[in-house]
Amino acid sequence: MPLADASTFTRRLDDLGVAVSAGPPAECAAMVDAAAGEPAVGVPLGRSGPDGLADSPATLPERVETDPTTGDLRRAHTGVTAASLGVAEYGSVALEADATGTEPVSLFVDRHVVVLRQADLVPDMPDAFDWLGPRTREESVDVVFATGPSATADMGGLVHGAHGPKEVHVVLLGDGDATDERTAAADEPAADTEGDR
Amino acid sequence: MSSDAETGGSGTAEADGLDRETKADRIRELLATEGDAVAANTRGFNEGRYESTGRLDDYEALKAEARAIKEDAIERLPDLIDEVRETVETNGGTVYLADDAADANRYISEVAAERGAERAVKSKSMTSEEIEVNDALAADGVEVVETDLGEWVLQLADEEPSHIVAPAIHKSREGIAELFAERFDPDDPPETAEELTMFARERLGELIEGADLGMTGANFIAADSGTMLLVTSEGNARKTVTATDTHVAVAGVEKLVPTVEDFSPFVELIGRSGTGQDVTSYISTLTPPVDSPVPDFDDDETPLAADSADDREFHLVLIDNGRLAMRDDETLKETLYCIRCSACSNACGNFQSVGGHAFGGETYSGGIATGWEAGIEGLDTAAEFNDLCTGCSRCVPACPVGIDIPWINTAVRDRINRGEADASQLDWAFEELVPDEEPGGLDLATRLIGNYATLAEWGHKTAPVANRLANAGPLRALAERVAGIDRRRDLPAFASESLVEWFEARGGPAVSAAEAIREAVVYPDTATNYVDVDRGKATVRALEALGVHVRVPDLPGSGRPPLSQGMIATAEAATEDLYAGLAPHLDAGRDVVVIEPSDLATFRREYERFLPEDSYDRLADASYDAMEYAFGLLENGADPAALRAPSEGTGPVASGKRIAYHPHCQARTVGVGEYATATFERLGYDVRVSDTECCGMAGSFGYKTDYYELSVDVGEPLREQFGDTDRTVVAPGTSCTEQLDALLDAAPRHPIEVIAPRK
Repeated sequence: MPLADASTFTRRLDDLGVAVSAGPPAECAAMVDAAAGEPAVGVPLGRSGPDGLADSPATLPERVETDPTTGDLRRAHTGVTAASLGVAEYGSVALEADATGTEPVSLFVDRHVVVLRQADLVPDMPDAFDWLGPRTREESVDVVFATGPSATADMGGLVHGAHGPKEVHVVLLGDGDATDERTAAADEPAADTEGDR
Repeated sequence: MSSDAETGGSGTAEADGLDRETKADRIRELLATEGDAVAANTRGFNEGRYESTGRLDDYEALKAEARAIKEDAIERLPDLIDEVRETVETNGGTVYLADDAADANRYISEVAAERGAERAVKSKSMTSEEIEVNDALAADGVEVVETDLGEWVLQLADEEPSHIVAPAIHKSREGIAELFAERFDPDDPPETAEELTMFARERLGELIEGADLGMTGANFIAADSGTMLLVTSEGNARKTVTATDTHVAVAGVEKLVPTVEDFSPFVELIGRSGTGQDVTSYISTLTPPVDSPVPDFDDDETPLAADSADDREFHLVLIDNGRLAMRDDETLKETLYCIRCSACSNACGNFQSVGGHAFGGETYSGGIATGWEAGIEGLDTAAEFNDLCTGCSRCVPACPVGIDIPWINTAVRDRINRGEADASQLDWAFEELVPDEEPGGLDLATRLIGNYATLAEWGHKTAPVANRLANAGPLRALAERVAGIDRRRDLPAFASESLVEWFEARGGPAVSAAEAIREAVVYPDTATNYVDVDRGKATVRALEALGVHVRVPDLPGSGRPPLSQGMIATAEAATEDLYAGLAPHLDAGRDVVVIEPSDLATFRREYERFLPEDSYDRLADASYDAMEYAFGLLENGADPAALRAPSEGTGPVASGKRIAYHPHCQARTVGVGEYATATFERLGYDVRVSDTECCGMAGSFGYKTDYYELSVDVGEPLREQFGDTDRTVVAPGTSCTEQLDALLDAAPRHPIEVIAPRK
């Protein structure tokens, strides 16, 4: 997979009004905890994202209910899932509509917190479809490329949260070297700007 | 497909007059009620398109790639249908190829009955509007809920979409608030856009949770994997698919592309071309049945992940409904490349003014709708709104798959002309006067305008009698009643000495071939030769001042007027005649300088369809817009001092330094609109260019009684921009000049008249 520039990605997210926290996998739980509202539901990272996340030190905080009922989902403010891929040029994340419920957890909530490994960023849309093509043919995957929050202009003005989440927060995980990632993230204006929690 | 065109038109002039009144009334009503909302939204989308496509590194290459994918896909469509049947079935879904709307609806009703569905939720799909599946399901007692917020508003209001992407753009926020208050009588009626959205989100959320069947369209379907792509922003399509165990996707067969990788250029282009978004919030690429568990919203105890996806069913209903016949129709085939982005609607002056309720058929709206409606519903439906394409061509560069939308409109107009042929019309009176190539029975206004070159020649020969008669009250009344020429427009006054006659009388070229830097033919187009001779003289003077050996031979019309009326055979004959007249000059290596931009655009665009490839290339390469030519001469060393630099001062003096320039719509499309600006600036003028891409006059369009008010409304932004300007207003298009004269009271001149030496 071609390597992508994380700063392009975070700049796009900033344009879209998406908050970004960046750090090493070990700090994932803390970053998610800071980003998620209450109550929060989620899907275990290794099950909703790429296999690599299963072996990673990245975890979700205790307070995120990772085996929610539909009632939990209905009451939840925040849904936490992993993304399989990020598209730097567009600020898009690829969410898999899988058997563990990544799609409903990322959709039927007010805020979606997305965990993405920087290693899973690709530069542009053609790279994303080069990645997707074989997976649709071999595994019949269902993938949603989500870019910013749900939006509509049908009611006389732009409003976020038409049917899907009103807010999106991306937690971007580096490869484990805490110092490097902090430096990279500090350049970005979008880093961790979420208000209410 | 064209069989229902034989029913014919209304036949008599009196009935035509009545038709016109109804059409004009309808347009007047829409201008008053929906025009402002539609204009604000579509112009916003159009500006967004320029900004968003401008951010792409290689927009043109991406468009070419998208076009190539569509050409290939439609070419092998039958194979792709076979392939997708196999892949979808391997995935566990079902494919049904429906011949027509009734066939599709019968199948979908059966699926709903088998699954015991009581409520269907639906995301936005124009194809489902086309087959009117809501009515079919409702007849079987299935409740259908539109979940796209705009579509839901229309469902509540019992109205039709006015735009293929943003269906409720004709509704104001206040109108929606009133509608909700009336329908739901809430304690705290929502008013702001935010409140209205949250109100809808809550109501629809409940309806989705309790739904049994989910219907979507599909923007693209990859045959190699059975993957469908949905372009959405609200998230309702995602919820529609996730929350229900039965997914029915309705899609025209033309949505098939070979592979998932082929999706990429379309994903990058569709949002940018339509509403000016780089990408919409959600691009769902589903390979159904999807893997998500079916949430049981009545069961609050069982974990979501324990719910199973095993019960999911997927039905892909591919719709033919005329499309496979369109594929075999050389003209309509290109319509199948359309990705329904709405760029042609948003770029269109007439659409911006009236929206899809006037500029649309049974389902589709905007310029490309003529192709869709002609292919799906028939010529009669296309005929109801086809006039609203004026051929301004601003949709051509906007279309992400490069469809020549004006040509489809022209060709369909030609079929309408022929289909409605009725020998009882007043042909006998015009056979001598208008020696066109068309069959008898054409609408009178069509014939008069289509034969403008002949009329103008006759007017010139009999001027000033013709001028006095033409503008005399009783005759204008008759012209309006019988031919639909609006009384409120001034008719062009014919010159008693034509450009060709003037040139001959002055003794021909003033610069000899021996001392010239180049040789050129100034094309005496119909408007310049017989009506606005001054701009022709100015062109001759300007070119001679720059050292060009100029000739003004007697040449026939270009065929643009008959083309605008859909009289293709007449236009083709005119093309051949003109090419025959120009061929010796091309052989002699002379350039062809064109004053009227619509004629140049015809040389460079439509002539490709009428002339052998080599002939077309020769003429296209040798012909220049007058200002383009002047610019080129200056770039190649001609002395700018030979042209008229601005004198000091402003006001009515045409040589004022400050210029307000309205480029011609078709000149913009063929890329020559900018040369006037560049030449003016080179000579020291200060130029402001109009933001309005088409003045609304569009040749003969604004003269017609049905469309007079619409034409003025389309030009309104020009009045806003240049209405009180103290700049010298210039416009190269003859009809733009008429319109600007009416709008600004400015009597604009051709740019060449400003820079040409006075003597």
